[in-house]
Amino acid sequence: MASTANTFRNQPDERGHFGDYGGRYVAETLMPLVLDLEREYRKAQADPEFRREFDDLLEHYVGRPSPLYHAERLTEALGGAQVWFKRDELNHTGAHKINNCIGQILLAIRMGKTRIIAETGAGQHGVATATVCARFGLPCVIYMGAEDVRRQSPNVFRMKLLGAEIVPVTSGRGTLKDAMNEGLRDWVANVEDTFYIIGTAAGPHPYPEMVRDFQSIIGKEARAQMLDRIGRLPDLAVACIGGGSNALGLFHPFLDDREVKLLGVEAAGHGLDGDEHAASLLGGFPGVLHGNKTYLLQDEDGQITEGHSISAGLDYPGIGPEHAWLKDTGRVEYTAVTDEEALEAFQLLCRTEGIIPALEPSHAIAAVAKRAKEMPKDSVILANLCGRGDKDIFTVAEKLGVEM
Amino acid sequence: MTRLSNAFSKPHPALVCFVTAGDGDTAANLDALVEGGADVIELGMPFTDPMADGPAIQAANIRSLNAGTTTADVLRIARKFRERHPEVPLVLMGYANPMIRRGPDWFANAAKEAGVDGVICVDIPPEEDDALGPQLRDAGISPIRLATPTTDAKRLPQVLEGSSGFLYYVAVAGITGMQQAAIESIEANVSRIKRSTDIPVAVGFGVRTPEQAAEIAEVADGVVVGSALVELVGKHGADAPAKLSELTAGLAKAVHSAAKGAA
Repeated sequence: MASTANTFRNQPDERGHFGDYGGRYVAETLMPLVLDLEREYRKAQADPEFRREFDDLLEHYVGRPSPLYHAERLTEALGGAQVWFKRDELNHTGAHKINNCIGQILLAIRMGKTRIIAETGAGQHGVATATVCARFGLPCVIYMGAEDVRRQSPNVFRMKLLGAEIVPVTSGRGTLKDAMNEGLRDWVANVEDTFYIIGTAAGPHPYPEMVRDFQSIIGKEARAQMLDRIGRLPDLAVACIGGGSNALGLFHPFLDDREVKLLGVEAAGHGLDGDEHAASLLGGFPGVLHGNKTYLLQDEDGQITEGHSISAGLDYPGIGPEHAWLKDTGRVEYTAVTDEEALEAFQLLCRTEGIIPALEPSHAIAAVAKRAKEMPKDSVILANLCGRGDKDIFTVAEKLGVEM
Repeated sequence: MTRLSNAFSKPHPALVCFVTAGDGDTAANLDALVEGGADVIELGMPFTDPMADGPAIQAANIRSLNAGTTTADVLRIARKFRERHPEVPLVLMGYANPMIRRGPDWFANAAKEAGVDGVICVDIPPEEDDALGPQLRDAGISPIRLATPTTDAKRLPQVLEGSSGFLYYVAVAGITGMQQAAIESIEANVSRIKRSTDIPVAVGFGVRTPEQAAEIAEVADGVVVGSALVELVGKHGADAPAKLSELTAGLAKAVHSAAKGAA
């Protein structure tokens, strides 16, 4: 751990760097736009009215604060630490993604933008974006890899119901990173009227900081709820990581509580020893993609390789730059969980708690299951349940060999 | 005088031609561009995620990578080109990640050793110059920056600072190979830029025909053509060199007969 750091909560620097990571690696055409976005975000941060509107929508539209729940039957089944869940799967649209979309669309409106674009993988961010666009009456174009359009048809239909235009992306291999490329290509050609709502804590500065700030409501609430319910902070906080927005949202308010250990869980897919995983931090190397410097799945020539995970939401070859920095400083520990372990954890939570989790937080639950057993019964684990599993039942049925 | 400054000191505007390395028989393709009259060669380094490129160059990147092109292959193509054409300036164009993968020093030195004169890195703006700029300058390679319709007067000095060789003016806010900008807008922007610098200004993005090239050559120091050439490589494969040479000759004639310094 960096002994010189007095706080872990003052990143990034004024150039958008988290240590060596982050930054603004974008084409010149976009550079004035990201600078403008940063200026407008600073103004919004300083404006109490912006905060008030954000908080009001989170309360009355999203349904915040989300509950903090003591999972007693799961705790009993694991036989170790007390497990508590932050229930962000109970948000409107069923995942944490909406927190960020509310913040960004309010900013877009402040900036006078009249058209919204976004990328999506599993479709959760696409649904959340389409939702806020419907709520505010703005046209919305969602870029989604053609392969993901096929795999996630219920979410595609949801987005269409909400009035979004879905553009299937066939360039590259037709997955999330290609959708993000296409989003950037759209933005560069529509610089005047378009606002790009990036779904995770990655991309050029100020996106990683901004998305983290909007998602930090998760950790702020959870921290206060813990103190309120049990009079102390958890010993360990756990969240899954694709791009890393739900994990940063949970972790950031705890970063300077040194007694709280933090654990980020990447997708190990078929295992970290092969190429079939999506663990950028544990199995990748630093590089530059999509506007920021961070850990990437890539070959020795810097060509980006495809991630694999049972969970389409974790299937991205990069990771938010703040996680890259938190890994190097040692403040957050990172581990990975395989498809199979996540699938087991998914079923465990269904049966012990009557909660069907998304496959993304099933990775966090699998890590919780391992750690809880090694911890004393009076210790406390807090995990973020960042999405509900309705969208995943077809994938799970297929894996379990069940015909639907 | 460097090879790049020589190319822009000719009595006529310069024709800058782009093809992707490892797409087709690149050596033969490059020779065809020189034979057709290209003054500067841009050699594209293939990348899995070419965010700033339109369909034509995206497809070229995929063809090249599917053929197994490595960074070593790109540098070998450059070195052999330098052996065959000692005087023709050669610029590598691509994205940051393949360039910095082994470290910026490694790349700058390897490019220098291969006889490369300049490097255009699409996703390293002046704000991130530290990532590669100092290493290129130390190796004696020109970092060639891009200016765009969104680069306002306030930003322009920052873009020019530390760049050399030529300035690449991106005529449209958009990706490569799509629509062409109105000549009035190009003329206004190029003359705005030229008031701030002595570096030659070449204009690209959306330039496909000799007619368009001639029009731009009247107002700029150079004209860049990429997608139209890359499409020929995609369409004609092994027979591409003859087609490239033919299109380049038409472009060169148009560009070279424009009045120098009209801007």
